[in-house]
Amino acid sequence: MSEANTALSDERIKNTSRLRTALIRPELGGICGTIIVFALFLIFAGDSGMFNSQGVMNWSIVSAQFMIIAVGACMLMIAGEFDLSVGSMIGFAGMMIAIFTVTLEWPVWQAILVTFALCIAIGALSGYIVVRTGLPSFIVTLAFLFILRGFTIYLPQLIERRTIIGGIDDAAEGDWLAGLFGGKIFGGLFQWLGDNGIIATFERGTRAGDPVVDGIPMLIVWAIGLVIVGHFILVRTRFGNWIFAAGGDAQAARYTGVPVNRVKILMFMFTAFCATVFATCQVMEFGSAGADRGLLKEFEAIIAVVIGGALLTGGYGSVIGAALGALIFGVVQQGLFFAGVESSLFRVFLGLILLFAVILNTYIRRLITGER
Amino acid sequence: MSETQKPIIQMSNIEKHFGSVIALAGVSVDIYPGECHCLLGDNGAGKSTFIKTMSGVHKPTKGEILFDEEPMHFADPRDSIAAGIATVYQDLAMIPLMSVSRNFFMGNEPIRKVGPISVFDHDHANKVTMDEMGKMGINLRGPDQAVGTLSGGERQTVAIARAVHFGAKVLILDEPTSALGVRQTANVLATIDKVRKQGIAVVFITHNVRHALAVGDRFTVLNRGKTLGTATRGNVTQEELQDMMAGGQELASLEGSLGGTV
Ligand SMILES: Nc1ncnc2c1ncn2[C@@H]1O[C@H](COP(=O)(O)OP(=O)(O)OP(=O)(O)O)[C@@H](O)[C@H]1O
Ligand SMILES: [Mg+2]
Repeated sequence: MSEANTALSDERIKNTSRLRTALIRPELGGICGTIIVFALFLIFAGDSGMFNSQGVMNWSIVSAQFMIIAVGACMLMIAGEFDLSVGSMIGFAGMMIAIFTVTLEWPVWQAILVTFALCIAIGALSGYIVVRTGLPSFIVTLAFLFILRGFTIYLPQLIERRTIIGGIDDAAEGDWLAGLFGGKIFGGLFQWLGDNGIIATFERGTRAGDPVVDGIPMLIVWAIGLVIVGHFILVRTRFGNWIFAAGGDAQAARYTGVPVNRVKILMFMFTAFCATVFATCQVMEFGSAGADRGLLKEFEAIIAVVIGGALLTGGYGSVIGAALGALIFGVVQQGLFFAGVESSLFRVFLGLILLFAVILNTYIRRLITGER
Repeated sequence: MSETQKPIIQMSNIEKHFGSVIALAGVSVDIYPGECHCLLGDNGAGKSTFIKTMSGVHKPTKGEILFDEEPMHFADPRDSIAAGIATVYQDLAMIPLMSVSRNFFMGNEPIRKVGPISVFDHDHANKVTMDEMGKMGINLRGPDQAVGTLSGGERQTVAIARAVHFGAKVLILDEPTSALGVRQTANVLATIDKVRKQGIAVVFITHNVRHALAVGDRFTVLNRGKTLGTATRGNVTQEELQDMMAGGQELASLEGSLGGTV
């Protein structure tokens, strides 16, 4: 056979179908999990109200919460690091907004902006410590888990003599920035849907005629926005290639000129940003901040990311996968409630899904990367 | 190499200590544009450490490096790549989980503008990768194949093709042929010859004296962190080089028992 011929096709490759190539991707585990979970709940809880407008909004909000922190955790994990302080950061960020607005009586927009700056700086600090000392991020961020949670409990007790600070909703009334986290969009569309009997409306009371679901909360907008931006950065930009490289083999990446330390610190900052978005949405929704907010969220984020196909050791994963992992998480948690299943069984379900997704993902990854 | 030319890199009295280990104890080498400078020496002689001070991975403990007659202060490899120095490291610096084309352009990703946003130009990257690999005599199954699925020699070829593509002024090759087949080795040697003729300086580390003699213009032998001297092509025989590399005596006695086959 001539050289020209071999260049066109390699005789050692079996023809693989387009379908197969399309299926073999990091998100496959998440896609299968999502289909299975929706199928199960359609069968067992299809008539429980889980799929009417309120039901859909219910599990969408929970999923969106998971999604926001999963995007950050996913990109950080691909860059080869963990952040165990996400949950504490959520509690801390919420508490700082509360202290700034209620105790210091700052305008809400100022409180939010300062909190973002503060939390992103803390993320940068933990990233800096990790890259400077070479310690596992697991340990460094575990320290921040305790430090931040400690402050979140101590500060409100010191200043306000309580662990829950309320009254933020009143202060946020009419604030231009608060609406970006606590508002809703497409109210008109939902009103129209309600008027035309497509979605449920209130039948009695002061809001009679208004749709029960009166818009898409900004929380969901943030979640979708972060997923799109995160996915784009990861697969379509130069910086995305650096994220994969930094997590795949930091040494090799450095040798080829990737600014590994900068990439890692930026990813810690991005994770802190996501946690603060979560906290701000939550505070605007509840109108209060509590010292126990965000507990265990770091693990929920990591589980969503792993269900989504990311490798715990870094260098491999997908933001879309992580988003699907978060969706599975939210649907299962709320779906069991709709299906009337004893809520403690949630953990059993979650464990099984985690195991199933991870086994499937390991298999897919071997197909893609030729790991043995 | 002509006598009138100025060296592109001048390394004088380079020392490198790792804690209490003295890996380099004062090495001086000049590299000229258009020459292939071979670095030879035993395992642990300090060859890799030496080229890493050239490519910005290590900061020398002592000594001076002049690049284009200017003192060179590379903080990390990013600076050296920007200056036109590309390196094939002994451990290749490839990421197994990433695709061939993502590896190829790692740290130097081609950019395409979509409105105000710069995106990774995957089409360009894939095309260049396939072309460059083809030139080295390897037909990849596809540019999005993960490097982890390549054979050792294929992986080495990707690293070489990458360095050749980015080495505008200096190309450093640390044992690039250690895993290659006959045809690919010939290809690499031919490539070295070709880029040298384009005026690029090549630093070629090898344990194979025959490969060194095939393409080398000058030969520097390192031993235990010191130079044993630099020889010019034509003034040195294969036997002399081999003896110098092994530090002389030991090989002579070994050679007797092996019947002159080494
Ligand atoms: N990062 C490091 N820390 C400590 N010692 C090191 C380090 N890198 C190299 N050395 C030591 O420096 C010496 C020279 O190593 P080097 O890798 O330069 O050898 P080499 O000539 O490339 O050998 P080989 O032919 O086996 O590749 C060795 O004794 C090695 O143990
Ligand atoms: Mg070496």
